[in-house]
Amino acid sequence: MMRGLWKLTWIEIKIFLREPLGAFGTIGFPVLVLGRIAGRRLAPPPLAASSFILVSLPVLASVLIAVSAVLSLVTIISIYREGGILKRLRATPLRPQTILTAHVIVKLILTAATLALMVLAGKRYYPVDVHAPLFSFTLALLISTWSILSIGFLIASIVPTARFAQPIGAIILYPMIAVSGLFVRVDSLPPVLHAVARVLPLTYAVPLLQGIWNGDAWSTHVGDVAALAVLFAVCTALSARVFRWE
Amino acid sequence: MHLSVSTILQTIMRPVIQVSGVRKTYGKTVAVDEVSFEVNEGEIFGLIGPNGAGKTTTMECIEGLRTPDQGTISVLGLDPFRHVYKLQDRIGVQLQQAQLQKRIKVWEALDLWALLYQKKAIDGEHLLEQLGLADKRGAWFMNLSGGQKQRLFIALALINDPEVVFLDELTTGLDPQSRRAIWDLVRGIRARGKTVFLTTHLMEEAERLCDRVAIIEHGRIIDIDRPERLVDRHCPERTVVLATDDPIAEDRFRAVPGVEAVILTDLRFTIRGRGDDLVTEVIRCLSENRIRVTDFRTILPNLEDVFLKLTGHSIRE
Repeated sequence: MMRGLWKLTWIEIKIFLREPLGAFGTIGFPVLVLGRIAGRRLAPPPLAASSFILVSLPVLASVLIAVSAVLSLVTIISIYREGGILKRLRATPLRPQTILTAHVIVKLILTAATLALMVLAGKRYYPVDVHAPLFSFTLALLISTWSILSIGFLIASIVPTARFAQPIGAIILYPMIAVSGLFVRVDSLPPVLHAVARVLPLTYAVPLLQGIWNGDAWSTHVGDVAALAVLFAVCTALSARVFRWE
Repeated sequence: MHLSVSTILQTIMRPVIQVSGVRKTYGKTVAVDEVSFEVNEGEIFGLIGPNGAGKTTTMECIEGLRTPDQGTISVLGLDPFRHVYKLQDRIGVQLQQAQLQKRIKVWEALDLWALLYQKKAIDGEHLLEQLGLADKRGAWFMNLSGGQKQRLFIALALINDPEVVFLDELTTGLDPQSRRAIWDLVRGIRARGKTVFLTTHLMEEAERLCDRVAIIEHGRIIDIDRPERLVDRHCPERTVVLATDDPIAEDRFRAVPGVEAVILTDLRFTIRGRGDDLVTEVIRCLSENRIRVTDFRTILPNLEDVFLKLTGHSIRE
């Protein structure tokens, strides 16, 4: 059923690392920026740091990591489609879901690696005493990324060419962050935006990430995890219907 | 007891591909229509025609990559649409204009492909050697030349030791030397008892490689047969050009059976006629009349001429 999954995943990781800007651009660069510019130039945050820096900033950074992973997936899928790579892979016993799963795994590994490096850099440059449950937080981020990736499948299914993939993906994904409750409480949004926010995975990912960062038990976020799982199932089912291989 | 040749052939040859009444449209464009043919086990079958004639569409319907609007297809007893994975396990496919990941290495691609099939793969290293790619095994796909990419795709099509191999425009863009090497390789596939289904717009390729060809134009099949029989059927004209200064020659040539025209220009005769026997008859006439010739050559029609005759235009137009 999933024949070839691990081999393909491993090859895709190697290919990603061979991209001139692949590993450095997606993982190294953000960390470098965080360290070099923010760490050196800015004064360390005062002891009574605002709750934004302590809770929202890590969550925002994590959400950005997740979204950039999704954008990268959208771009790769559209490049693979446009170049006929998907078609060539399809003309083998390789199942479509195996190809997509391999890419999802690559993106999840990438997300976890970026997060780990950010945390290390954060510890190095920000003398802020943070006692966040990192393992649980990583898990929460991976669950969130997984769910947002399904939106990525949908976008990847509809973008006509690779040239449009990145901008269209960004246009759809970044406003999702605005209504996710990270800046403005979802309840206080106008009715239309509120309704939209209710069906977007980020709306459930943000409280999950914030809660876990603050040390909440998983049991208090069963609803969020369930909503993320449902959205994942719905989007995956939808994209399976509209997905084009060429 | 009168068994026709075709009845005998049908009992010996097992069709591995059966296509019947296939029609495929894209919007209002009819890509292929009423396409029917059979491909027998162990033969090299070519679908020939100009670009846009419907070759690739037909092939991709048979491979299970496209679903025909009408008609039925059976490959190795399987329905390519319903049993697509089962089928793809037993066939090898080389697609026109396919790409791989830019930075995948040659050996990684073979390694991945080898793992995808149920059946044990054949030796990838040996395959690379056969295809002259051994020194490129560690190269990235994006750094291969057009011919090397094409040979890698052929290697990927053969890695699972398939029962039927599909090759779409396999030598397009290759230099004559690599082309010949690949023809030998395809003959080698047939020698191992496999069936080859290929498309080409190169008449020379079809003539040298294919046991049988189907000529397709505007999505319809015009004729199917062995290349030489297509030539005999549609272009029976034969031409002999020879040089002699013997004064009796012209009258003798006119008396040769099958000859339709004798043209003399500068001691050079152009003898036109019909039928396979024309050349033999001309040689017999030369020998019986002791006519001394200083030059002798024959101009025989080929598939290119057949195509021109059947469609009214050259395949390159």
